[in-house]
Amino acid sequence: MDLVEMQGISKFFPGVVALNKVNFDLRKSELHALIGENGAGKSTLVKILAGVYKKDKGKIIIEGKEREFAGPQNAYEIGISVVPQELELEPYMNIAENVFLGRDFSRRVFLKDWSRMLAETKSLLKKVGLAVDPTILCEELSVAQQKMVSIAKALSYNPRILVLDEPTAALAQKEIKRFFSILKELKKSGTSIIYISHRIEEIKEIADRATVLRDGKKITTVDVSKTNIQEIVRLMVGRELKDVFPKRERVSAPKEILRVSNLLGDKFKNISFSLQEGEILGVAGLIGAGRSETAKGLFGDIKTKGGEIWLKGKRIRIRSPRDAISHKIGYVPEDREMEGIVPTTNLKENISLAFLDDLSKFGFINKKKENEIVKKVIKLLRIRAPSPEVNITTLSGGNRQKAILARWIAKDCEILILDEPTIGIDVGAKTEIYKIMNELVEKGVGITMISSELPEILGMSDRILTMHEGEITQEIERKDASEERVIEGMVGIK
Amino acid sequence: MKGVNIFKNLLKRFGSVLGLLILCISFSILSPYFLTARNWSMIFQQVSVLAIIALGELLVILTAGIDLSVGSLLALSMVVMAKAEVEYGVNPFLALLIGILVGLGFGLSNGLLYTKLHLPHPFISTLGMMMIAGGLALVLTKGYPIPGLSPTVRFLGTGQLGPIPMPLVCIIVCYLAFHIFLTQTVLGRKIYAIGGNREAAKLSGINVSRVLILVYCIAGFTFALGGIILAGRVNSAFPLAGKGYELDAIAAVIIGGASFFGGKGSVGGTLIGVLIIGVLRNGLNLLNVSPFAQMSIMGAVIIIAVYVDVLRRRAS
Repeated sequence: MDLVEMQGISKFFPGVVALNKVNFDLRKSELHALIGENGAGKSTLVKILAGVYKKDKGKIIIEGKEREFAGPQNAYEIGISVVPQELELEPYMNIAENVFLGRDFSRRVFLKDWSRMLAETKSLLKKVGLAVDPTILCEELSVAQQKMVSIAKALSYNPRILVLDEPTAALAQKEIKRFFSILKELKKSGTSIIYISHRIEEIKEIADRATVLRDGKKITTVDVSKTNIQEIVRLMVGRELKDVFPKRERVSAPKEILRVSNLLGDKFKNISFSLQEGEILGVAGLIGAGRSETAKGLFGDIKTKGGEIWLKGKRIRIRSPRDAISHKIGYVPEDREMEGIVPTTNLKENISLAFLDDLSKFGFINKKKENEIVKKVIKLLRIRAPSPEVNITTLSGGNRQKAILARWIAKDCEILILDEPTIGIDVGAKTEIYKIMNELVEKGVGITMISSELPEILGMSDRILTMHEGEITQEIERKDASEERVIEGMVGIK
Repeated sequence: MKGVNIFKNLLKRFGSVLGLLILCISFSILSPYFLTARNWSMIFQQVSVLAIIALGELLVILTAGIDLSVGSLLALSMVVMAKAEVEYGVNPFLALLIGILVGLGFGLSNGLLYTKLHLPHPFISTLGMMMIAGGLALVLTKGYPIPGLSPTVRFLGTGQLGPIPMPLVCIIVCYLAFHIFLTQTVLGRKIYAIGGNREAAKLSGINVSRVLILVYCIAGFTFALGGIILAGRVNSAFPLAGKGYELDAIAAVIIGGASFFGGKGSVGGTLIGVLIIGVLRNGLNLLNVSPFAQMSIMGAVIIIAVYVDVLRRRAS
């Protein structure tokens, strides 16, 4: 008997059929991957199972008994625990308080049983392989550590079914390895896991079965060990993807566009490298290696304490993002929602944000010119939106990312710094971003790409820099690049 | 049941405009005086000060900030202006200019305190400034009103342009100007962007501090202008003139659909917010409701208006 059986589940949102008669089943001690592009209905399906959304049609059968869910609390009682994609910890509470939020053990009214909370948190942290003091405030933890705390929190409910939504998005390669061994332990002890991910390679590695959703419909459920990666990708996007990374020829002779020497900041030092016209320079490293900080230092968003920046042989000074932009340098931040988009406004205004001053006619916006440029880049980047006037938050992650890229393309940037350009977007959109990057370098743009995904680093870069604890450890030419060498550099081998 | 739903839908679609209409219809049924031209001329004169200062508050709230120094700056500007003219015999035009400069200067300080001292929130800087400016106004006047302003200084409050009273002219000019400023200019767009996502705005090359300082300056200007109109209307400057205006201004902006989190709000909406407050006060006065009870009613209206807005946003 299956642990969970969802039959003919449908869910309608205003104007959208989010799920259309989807069947899904989960066995005991199984890791069942749920895959599909953004908007395929993965999260909706899981939220129905967790009692966050009410289904409009269909049946949920748990251990042979049909159940109705009234709310998340109910789902917890049945034994479903969800680790959402976003981090939801309270930054100013400590780990133990976060883990047991809303469930303090009371000895007397108002008095929490601290010793019990701490002891239980400690054993949960041990389970997820996190060696930190449970009384540390969560804001002091790294993103990866916070993720682990969220998982510990989910485990504290002793779930029979653990739902993980994109759990590895914030983890570096090494942490993923450890994370997977934890998942295997959990499976052994009888927990069933529903695993939502965009990363096909991961699914291949740890999943038993995978269910593919597309446009709210179930396409199929496959046995992972008997299916190859290409096949899963094809099922997921519904079209043949010859290669996730489009081929590209290296253009003309190298011509230096940017040189950085001995850049120094709080979290990085001795940063020296050069960037050529028409080159993609990949920057690999673990979380906390100082890659994003270096990028922000270069872009003028955080203060640097020393070093020189040369643009086409001329020394320049960058004290603010405004300075960097005036030298035609653009920056796409890692955190799209917090630092990239302006959620209160539409696609058009999000794109024109960086070149507003160029549109100025005695301080007034030349709206005709704005519309022309915006339309042009929307077409160029194939941004899928009903109109430039729709709110940016109605678009998918991939299209939001394209909108931020469009900002810099409309600004005619010659140098782009991309921090995790394809984080949290689906395979189809990823490939499109790669194609756009290739088109840009063909035009002579120099791209610095920070990425935690090894296949992306290896597949896209002409040259690779590795960083470890704030320093550059290796510089690897494309022809010499291999997974092993990049990993060596990431862990600090020079 | 169906009627309730239709009403809900209407509320969602038209929000505060509908609220204003309902108020107007109710009052015109309850009081024969309500719909007269004279009464409406009165309403506009009564709301004129609030209308002007709400524009300044709107700018600040659009950037996800708040300005509590409204009433104090209004009072200080008017007091300094009156003192200059009445006690020091300064030329009336110069006195007006001095009044405006006081508003601009203190607005500038608000902006500088917030952006350069890195105080955590404009609530703090403007709360401090509210007390500093409020105290200064009292010190300068020793707590007494300054009467006897010249007609030139009083013109904005009591003059007429043809048949139209000057306060109404001020409202029309300022609202048009602010509307154009916010929707058509680069700076206006930057203000919305900063309120919507400050970090994204900064990373897009917008000089956030400079825009914010300017916003607080413009706000200070509107507070001073409000003070000048008020001084004209009551023919005196008094140190406690601005009492309560800060909350009225914030209420008008929020009733008008602006978001406290920044990035959302409009000049048109603010005008509706101002008129809802004005019409409600006027109507309740016509119906002889005591000012004490009016206060409670006003509080309820703010809550209802914002709730309707919440409903509206949830629907879209």
